[in-house]
Amino acid sequence: MSEIVDARGLACPEPVLRVKNVMDKIGSGVIKVMVNTTTARENIKRMANSQKWSVDIAEDGDDWLITLTK
Amino acid sequence: MNNKAFIIITGAVVGALAVLLVKLGNPPNMGMCIACFLRDISGALGLHQNNIVQYLRPEILGMVIGAFGAAVFTKDFRVWGGSSAFTRFILGFFVMIGMLVFLGCPLRMLLRLSAGDLNALVGLLGLIAGVLLGTVFLRKGFTLGQAVIQNKSNGYIFPAVMVAFLALLLAAPAFIFFSQQGPGSMHAPLAISLGAGILVGVLAQRTRLCLIGGIRDLILFRECYMIYGFIAIFIVALAGNLILGKFNLGFAGQPVAHSDGLWNFLGMMLGGFGSVLLGGCPLRQLISASEGNTDSAVTVAGYLTGAAFAHNFGLAGSAKGVPMAGHNAVIVGLIVVACIALLNTYYNVKARASSR
Repeated sequence: MSEIVDARGLACPEPVLRVKNVMDKIGSGVIKVMVNTTTARENIKRMANSQKWSVDIAEDGDDWLITLTK
Repeated sequence: MNNKAFIIITGAVVGALAVLLVKLGNPPNMGMCIACFLRDISGALGLHQNNIVQYLRPEILGMVIGAFGAAVFTKDFRVWGGSSAFTRFILGFFVMIGMLVFLGCPLRMLLRLSAGDLNALVGLLGLIAGVLLGTVFLRKGFTLGQAVIQNKSNGYIFPAVMVAFLALLLAAPAFIFFSQQGPGSMHAPLAISLGAGILVGVLAQRTRLCLIGGIRDLILFRECYMIYGFIAIFIVALAGNLILGKFNLGFAGQPVAHSDGLWNFLGMMLGGFGSVLLGGCPLRQLISASEGNTDSAVTVAGYLTGAAFAHNFGLAGSAKGVPMAGHNAVIVGLIVVACIALLNTYYNVKARASSR
């Protein structure tokens, strides 16, 4: 079971905020995040690293699918 | 190169260029200021008739061209929009009025501080208060909604408009206004201003430097990345001002500034509050518009309109202080921005509850 966050088309800092809320809720596990801007992608990557979640980024057409695991 | 080093270098370059541009002719403590320069552009186009702040600032045009080029080159150019565009226009409008009451965007606030202008410290406190207020709504679920991918042609319009402005600057036809006196008449040589703008545009696009984001992320996530750029701008500009003998500590007699503390605070509070809801400072909106974000382009149109109103209706601050109309405009602005924050939070929370 993994949590899914669709953060496509959201402006700063909403993508990071939504992911952070899920992290705080579940504590550990797998979160899949869809984003479509490099800004959101980089911001989520940075925040996840600082929260000690591992980050895997895959291109999915015009979007990116970020898989966060802890 | 790691991210942290890159944003520190970007901040350092911005700080150094800002001091250099003043040395070469820009108005004091105004090497770069997105709010002031958009106001000058608004005046140059005749949208307001304050004849001391009219110039098609090449720094702005350069930033857009640099950021557009960098975004296209690195495939960061993505065209999207449609997230509450008119609401963003109104937010941009009032952010500009708040910043023109204070006399500067967050970037000039830092530059003023680096030259010893303590009024900017009051502005910084106001900015932090505004950002804090905005983050309360973000935490409660504020959103302007999701933007969608748009046809690529939409993204070319904003950079094209700026290239057209550059052509108007070079051709200098009679219908474009150029100040003969005051801050608008003071500028570094065109090629240097344009070059500095392009360099800053490229760096700001790559690092996503955002002065509001720095404070906001520190509050929301204890995240320091952006704040390193913020601090680097301050330290390098401070060093430059000390070396050039431009550092003058105090409240009174600071250039292109006033010492009305309450309105310095409230003006920047309005600027900070609105900017958090928009998702970034004027510099970031300008760069984002160049990367294909058409909502940011609408926001910049809001800034230009706000600047026109600020000078057509005598709302902006000046060395003499802030006129009564400016006080009223800031109060109205704070009320409008608070309503936008409240209503968007309320409707979003309601929509989420009913979709469960």
